Amino acid sequence: MSKNLRITNNNFIDQTSRISFKFDGKTLYGFKGDTLASALLANNIHLVGRSFKYHRPRGIMTCGSEEPNAILQIGNDSSMTEPNTRATEIELYEGLEASSQNCWPSVNFDIGAINNFFSPLIPAAFYYKTFMWPANFWKLYEYFIRKSAGLGRSPTEPDKDIYDHRYLHCDVLIVGGGISGIMAAKTAAKNNLNTVLIDDKNILGGTTLFQQNECFKINNSYSNEWLKKEIETLNSFNNLTIKTRTTLAAYHSYNYLLARENLTDHLDLKDKKDKIRQRLWKIRAKKVIIATGAMERPLIFDNNDRPGIFLSSSIKKYIDFYGVKCGQKISLFTNNDSAYETAISLNNRGVSVNSVVDIRDKTNSLIVKQVEKLGIKIHWKSSVINTNGYKKINCIEIMKLSDDGTAAVGKKINEECDCLGISGGWTPRVHLFTQSGGKLKFRDEDNVFLPDKSELSQISIGSCNGDFELDEVVKNSVNLTNKFLNVNNNDYENLEIIASKEIDKKNIWLLPSDKPLGKTKPFLDFQNDSTANDIKLALREGFKSIEHVKRYTTTGMATDQGKLSNMHALGIIAETAGVKMGELGTTTFRPPYTPLTFGAIVGRNVGEFFDITRKTPIHDWHVKNKAEFENVGQWKRAWYYPRSNENMHEAVQRESKAARDSAGILDASTLGKIDIQGTDASEFLNRVYTNAWSKLEIGKCRYGLMLNEDGMVYDDGVTTRLSENHYLMTTTTGGAANVLSKMEDYLQTEWPELDVYLTSVTDHYATVSICGPNSKKILSKVIPNLDLSDKKFPHMSFKNALIDNIKCRVMRISFTGEHSYEINIQSSYGKSTWEKCIDAGKEFNITPYGTETMHLLRAEKGFIIAGQDTDGTMTPVDLQMDWIISKKKYDFIGKRSLYRSDTIREDRKQLVGLLTDDPKEILEEGAQIVSETNKQPIEMLGHVTSSYFSPNLNKSIALAVLKNGKKLKGQKMIVPMKDKKINVTVTDTIFLDKENKRLNA
Amino acid sequence: MFLINCPYCGERDQSEFSAGGEAHIERPKQPTELSDDQWAEFLFMRKNIKGIQYERWNHTHGCRKWFNMVRDTSNDKIHAVYKMGEKPPVK
Repeated sequence: MSKNLRITNNNFIDQTSRISFKFDGKTLYGFKGDTLASALLANNIHLVGRSFKYHRPRGIMTCGSEEPNAILQIGNDSSMTEPNTRATEIELYEGLEASSQNCWPSVNFDIGAINNFFSPLIPAAFYYKTFMWPANFWKLYEYFIRKSAGLGRSPTEPDKDIYDHRYLHCDVLIVGGGISGIMAAKTAAKNNLNTVLIDDKNILGGTTLFQQNECFKINNSYSNEWLKKEIETLNSFNNLTIKTRTTLAAYHSYNYLLARENLTDHLDLKDKKDKIRQRLWKIRAKKVIIATGAMERPLIFDNNDRPGIFLSSSIKKYIDFYGVKCGQKISLFTNNDSAYETAISLNNRGVSVNSVVDIRDKTNSLIVKQVEKLGIKIHWKSSVINTNGYKKINCIEIMKLSDDGTAAVGKKINEECDCLGISGGWTPRVHLFTQSGGKLKFRDEDNVFLPDKSELSQISIGSCNGDFELDEVVKNSVNLTNKFLNVNNNDYENLEIIASKEIDKKNIWLLPSDKPLGKTKPFLDFQNDSTANDIKLALREGFKSIEHVKRYTTTGMATDQGKLSNMHALGIIAETAGVKMGELGTTTFRPPYTPLTFGAIVGRNVGEFFDITRKTPIHDWHVKNKAEFENVGQWKRAWYYPRSNENMHEAVQRESKAARDSAGILDASTLGKIDIQGTDASEFLNRVYTNAWSKLEIGKCRYGLMLNEDGMVYDDGVTTRLSENHYLMTTTTGGAANVLSKMEDYLQTEWPELDVYLTSVTDHYATVSICGPNSKKILSKVIPNLDLSDKKFPHMSFKNALIDNIKCRVMRISFTGEHSYEINIQSSYGKSTWEKCIDAGKEFNITPYGTETMHLLRAEKGFIIAGQDTDGTMTPVDLQMDWIISKKKYDFIGKRSLYRSDTIREDRKQLVGLLTDDPKEILEEGAQIVSETNKQPIEMLGHVTSSYFSPNLNKSIALAVLKNGKKLKGQKMIVPMKDKKINVTVTDTIFLDKENKRLNA
Repeated sequence: MFLINCPYCGERDQSEFSAGGEAHIERPKQPTELSDDQWAEFLFMRKNIKGIQYERWNHTHGCRKWFNMVRDTSNDKIHAVYKMGEKPPVK
């Protein structure tokens, strides 16, 4: 550590606890309380990165979240390294490893810096313009551009850190713990309001915390001493929560805010383990007070980006707060009074100030007079027109300004320096205010956008509201807070405040040079390397909207989101285009205010609990019997049950053959089940299904098709009439929740007069489906006293029964075309019932089958699966299911749409069967169907929706939707694939047992 | 993220609700009497206003009740919520 760069007496840095850290592989030392930036500066390291486009050497420029240059890679662990972090915000900890980005082989010798020499050839939008053509070369260009773009490295392995989310509700949220925020917090807390104060720094107090200056006193104390006592009083309030190291990231409507709290980032490497790293607070505040302060603006002149050039207020913070000298011979360049505060702080600490260059005519405020008294040279009405020094500034060139400020005149003075502080005035941090939907107004006098109107219960106080003088900050903050909270805190009445007040204001967005503009490099956006020239180029090329200029030049689009550059970009556009800034408006400020880690956004890694996994009561049996599972919505469904080395195809062939030859058993518990009761239940079903329900006998089941109001098939399933006013509806597995919601919607909004009650009972019952020629024999063993004769228990009917005294409902319904039964029993008996059926079926080789076999079996019969063979564009007529549309019913959901001009078109896509000429060839689901391949463009006539190899038919079968398909039966079609064309014939949709003989076998 | 005052449950976070499009579009009592154009008007045509809009909302993860809302789409301010079947507050 260069000892002479660190001031010894300092209240904020614990100089007894030394911390070692690494930068670009070199071990360095700092102290507890340092940021990475202050520690680097104390080690005389200014050059920390290379700029994005021209690879120019760049140094630390600020001391906060607006830092554009000191963007570093933290850590080198492949799972926890973090790119693009601001050195000015990283608290130093033992074991910290940081490295510079965007340079190779090193920050000191960077090959990419050759771009700087070619910079006249790389203007704004260079990449857009150059790599447009030839179009098919893009693939080649992209590879190289991507390699040279980007800043840091992403981690390559999963993040091992723990993140967390929590909710927080409060009466008042105060964002920003500077002098205004602290007074507001105390006022709110004193009035018994549940108050939360957050600040992104590790310590409250803002910039007043280190403002020890004769020109700024409150009640005869330095403002920092007065504030320190105020902060101490905050500890006495139980109803005040203070959160430091917490950044307000987003401010949404209805005072919903997101704040990221850093919990371990400042801890020594060894202490971070197993602790929550960052927590995202989801805050709902009744009232919000924004006290986020202001950011100092840079000045825009030739070569204003060299390492060693700082915002002047940052130099002040480094010396006053961190005890670090940014240089030994410091020059200051300003258009306002705040650089004079820096001059006094430096002087107090024994750092020589070369001079202050001020673009204004001589001004006589209290603080200026004091600087003059100290004997510091002031160049009035002058400008720094250029700087020198490649890797570190070593000289500035000063010239007088013409009266109108547009030209540099007179003799050029060269002034040697090793550091330059620049101050272009202040920009209120209105980001959060605008994020929340607030509208801004423009104050011409000092060129600031200020909060104007908002719909939310919020105010902005302090310098983010445009108060830059200490006495105004105090007075206005107190008044606004009292009024906003409807309280009367008189703690701050009659405060005696001494404050130097700025008398003269002057601003020049783009300072003149003695060279033509094209020969200069006045940087606006330091991180994205866009200059004032780029803005002017964009305007010359016809871009007018600020949003377009921003995107064309990429000004304000770097990771700092233009915190430092936006105002100057606006100013230069307004000036060049001859419009008023207030009319030009700003670009949109979007959350997050500073970048958030993905971890903070995602929250805790809860593994399998991330989403609900629904398992049937029989799930354990499937696991034990080695089923492969398929996700259907949130359900885990048994997909197939491979034996020994079977693959899926082999297992499915075996399962489906067994189901047709003897007996199969399926866990159908996931099917949606909705209990429908009420005196109008039948009428209700009449309205939601396409077919008629009033005449369905008690104890009978019926298949129903549900449409959307647009006439398209929505869902299907079998509904059973349990008693006069009691039905049990089944839906598809994936459609259950939507069907219930849709029916509730109609009942509540369109037909509130109907007496109908809906209850989802999907999870209440397990469903065991047994099918195949031997299913009757098996069921008779499980429920011996149930008469299973076709006469007593025909297809599409239901019986109440008992299995070992447990009530169950048995439906004789079939989705496979086989004689089959579905046993519905309370969930808790599902597994035992399943096992009973398996036992009873052993002698018949009962074979458990999964969803894949179920799909195959139903496809053999041409039964549709809503959502697979339909996609929201198929009417029942398209599905060749005209039989299910009641002609007698006056109305049902979707009926009127079935004879709109579009739905009665005959050439709509219709469901058909397809057989491949080669019976062994299995079509790919989703494959396109065409009639010929010679004439281009080839018309896509349809696509395959379901496709299987049927072991029962010993050939490949498929369902497809095909334009005008009904009339194309028997026609040849082609299914073109990547490497071949498959010849197919259009057929009927039913491939097996057209006469339904098997149902009663 | 809105704070929505469900007419049945009180103030709740928006994440409990789902939006259901424009309100006060009554399903025609006699759809079969309507021309294609009239039916299409009911079926497809929805307003998308910048300003005061009448909307249907459902307290999906709460009481599951549908209700109506008057919302200014330009600033998301909710001016009123009222039960299904109730008259909208005067503009």
